[in-house]
Amino acid sequence: MSGTAHPGLNLGAAHGKARDRSEKGAFGFWVFLMSDLIIFGILFATYIVMLPARAGGPGPETLFDLSSIGAQTALLLASSFTYGMASLSMKHGGRRAPVALWLALTGVLGAGFITLEMRDFIHMAGEGGVPSRSGWLSALWALVGLHGLHVAAGLLWIAVMLALLALRGLNDAVKSRLLLLGLYWHFLDLAWIGIFTIVFLGGMA
Amino acid sequence: MTDPIFGRLDGSVTPFDDLFRNPSVNEAVASGAALAVILGVVAVVWMLTRHRLWAPLWRDWLTSADHKKIGIMYCVLAGVMLVRGVLEGVVMRTHQVTALDGGMLSADHFAQLFSTHGTIMIFFVATPLITGLINFAVPLQIGARDMAFPVLNQVSLGLTAAGAGLVMVSLVVGQFGTGGWTMYPPYTGATFSPGPGVDYWLWAIGISGIGSTLSGLNFAVTIYKMRCPGMTWLRMPMFTWTALCTAIMMVYAFPPLTVATAMLALDRYLDFHFFTNDLGGNMMHYANVFWMFGHPEVYIVVLPAYGVFSEISATFAAKRLYGYNSLVIATMAIAVISFCVWLHHFFTMGQGAPVNAAFGIATMIIAVPTGVKVYDWLATLYEGRIRMSVPIIYLAGFFILFVFGGLTGVILANPTIDYQVHNSQFLVAHFHNVLIRGTLFGIFAGIHYWFPKAFGFRLDETLARRAAWLWFAGFCLAFLPLYWLGLMGMPRRSASYDNPAFEPAMWLAFAGGLLVLAALATTVWTFVASIRNRAALACPVGDPWDGRTLEWSVPCPAPAFNFFATPSVRALDPLTIEKAEGTPYEEADGYEDIEMPRNTALGMILAVATGVMGFALVWWVWWLAALALVAVIGAVIARAFVEDTHQRIPADELRQAHLAFLRRVRQTRAVDRDDETGPANKGLARPEVPA
Repeated sequence: MSGTAHPGLNLGAAHGKARDRSEKGAFGFWVFLMSDLIIFGILFATYIVMLPARAGGPGPETLFDLSSIGAQTALLLASSFTYGMASLSMKHGGRRAPVALWLALTGVLGAGFITLEMRDFIHMAGEGGVPSRSGWLSALWALVGLHGLHVAAGLLWIAVMLALLALRGLNDAVKSRLLLLGLYWHFLDLAWIGIFTIVFLGGMA
Repeated sequence: MTDPIFGRLDGSVTPFDDLFRNPSVNEAVASGAALAVILGVVAVVWMLTRHRLWAPLWRDWLTSADHKKIGIMYCVLAGVMLVRGVLEGVVMRTHQVTALDGGMLSADHFAQLFSTHGTIMIFFVATPLITGLINFAVPLQIGARDMAFPVLNQVSLGLTAAGAGLVMVSLVVGQFGTGGWTMYPPYTGATFSPGPGVDYWLWAIGISGIGSTLSGLNFAVTIYKMRCPGMTWLRMPMFTWTALCTAIMMVYAFPPLTVATAMLALDRYLDFHFFTNDLGGNMMHYANVFWMFGHPEVYIVVLPAYGVFSEISATFAAKRLYGYNSLVIATMAIAVISFCVWLHHFFTMGQGAPVNAAFGIATMIIAVPTGVKVYDWLATLYEGRIRMSVPIIYLAGFFILFVFGGLTGVILANPTIDYQVHNSQFLVAHFHNVLIRGTLFGIFAGIHYWFPKAFGFRLDETLARRAAWLWFAGFCLAFLPLYWLGLMGMPRRSASYDNPAFEPAMWLAFAGGLLVLAALATTVWTFVASIRNRAALACPVGDPWDGRTLEWSVPCPAPAFNFFATPSVRALDPLTIEKAEGTPYEEADGYEDIEMPRNTALGMILAVATGVMGFALVWWVWWLAALALVAVIGAVIARAFVEDTHQRIPADELRQAHLAFLRRVRQTRAVDRDDETGPANKGLARPEVPA
């Protein structure tokens, strides 16, 4: 099979079949992410359609806590950086300890993000901002909640990859999967930047 | 108050209970249907046990990751659902002839019937049939040994089967929703439809929709990355092109369905307010998101049928496909434009004239590439040596009736006319005319065409012809009168009517329903008779129709690994060229060890777990739903730890098998095209003129 192997992965021509397989997997995962992006896209559209549907319920000014949102953004962006470090140490070092370390750090930062987000949701519910209150709140909880679910699934995936690293080391299959997890993790960053801009900055503007 | 263990389930949820308490024709029909499901399951279990087929079923089929077997299982699943869908159609017609000021069924029961009929025909007949055909044929056509992700393929099938299972279970336990196959809120919200019916639809569609997204992903990656050497884009068979367009559309169109069902589920289960009447809900938004899926969906199921028509018109006219490039462009054009027309499903819902005009024009434009295709097929047949065998009969029926249905679509595309006839029987006539003649006829033609490749023997030609004519006549009679009824003002989905002028046409349509039933019986009998007579119909050499594409160069049935050696392609219609040059059936230059995916139970585990999860959610059995969800996640994670996923087939084994096949080819007498439906056809074609 022709074509270039995906950057960030040390699967040269010598890897033969592993390289072919990783190419199919990486391409398929990109297609999956595109389709996932449609889901986010429709939820963004729903959110914008629902902006006026406040039904007399609480709005952004009472519900949003921008400093907490800022901290979440920083945590998530930092976790993308640490994931990038994991990818680099996989490509250049080839030893499992640094990869596992960066991966675990990514997981910790992601868990921090989830913790702050949960705190915000609880705070919103306390202010009467529950999804059953208005169409706008329904759209807000669905969009931000779906992103949160994605991050939680990513944390589970990181845990599985750490277990695989411990059991198998950096073999071809593990490398390919770390590549996919990286795509997923950076994709979540991208989705969050959309949420941060449209939902939170837009809401406070 | 719901029970913590059984949720909403109690002893009164079956139709038998209603029949006992309130005996009537209506309840008898419902109980009969439930009994048919139970007896069907019992009969299958008994047959499998009696013939000791459980182990082979598990080993050779349910756990197989072979794309051909998965494709066949998709078609079998769809076939079972087709029987139910057709029977429901006939029951509805029977009801409608009695429906002047009343009718034998209750209005609620009739509403369930049109809701399940539509749901089944779109999601569990048309979609799995085209998914099955693509699964079966595409890797063979592009010279690949399997799908890009064989296990994911199995998972897709499992999710589709789980959804179909939920719809079947709804016959026995509880009732289905009454909101039509589109289940528009707010009627289907918790306020107006508190029962489990809409929830059955939600989880059946939600689960199987994810399976379809994954199928589309798999097909797209397979066609992008797995083509054999020399198979450039413009050398791909036309069916593969349509499969690619369908795959891309599935990746983009099914996520909106997932979102629409998820939002409706949030409204129903967690008191969200996306589509409710109060607190800012907006039901128009549901219509938009649903039809962002719904309109592309009709092209998702019809494009592969166009692909089949392209293959069979070239094969059975013994001519190269006319206007290949224009067909490719037309297919791509349809795929793109189909995402720009969804609003024509609700012209009357108040978005104003300019918006309606834009979508009306887009809708008319999409008829242009479809017209290009029809002309291309006509030109392919022109001056060809046409054999009037079964697939061509379907193509002929398609030409007449599909163009009829398509033109009524162009009429409906005009918003001002749509205001007059929308929600009438005219619309029912239109979409049955296009979907049946497009999708179903194309799939029937494709099944007849590829059946020998799947099982090693042809279908009985005489019986299959009778079935084709019966389908044709039955559908004419069942749906053409509805145009008339619609123009007379008869609304669709009405359980009863008070205008006696509707009755004559209703009787005509009923007679058509009976003919369709006869067609269904003849089709089933075609399979039974052909299986019994399989020795005489066998065509082991693998080219019974003088085929043009790669799949006809391998034996019938196709071996698990598809090709003895990876083929290489120099032009369109590679097999025709080899036959013209006198070089088909030659030993390969070299054979290589290959790796094929091992069997796995993952698809079955996910099918059962997601099916149980759906059922538990329908009946509010929360602990079971949580357990099933944990099982789904656990199974996927466990799969990541399986290392030994492939088995090796040594080159020498492939070479020996190929040599044995070539010996068989040399011992077989070739047949002329004119004799291909006779008993002498053992699958070796004798082309007369280079085509």
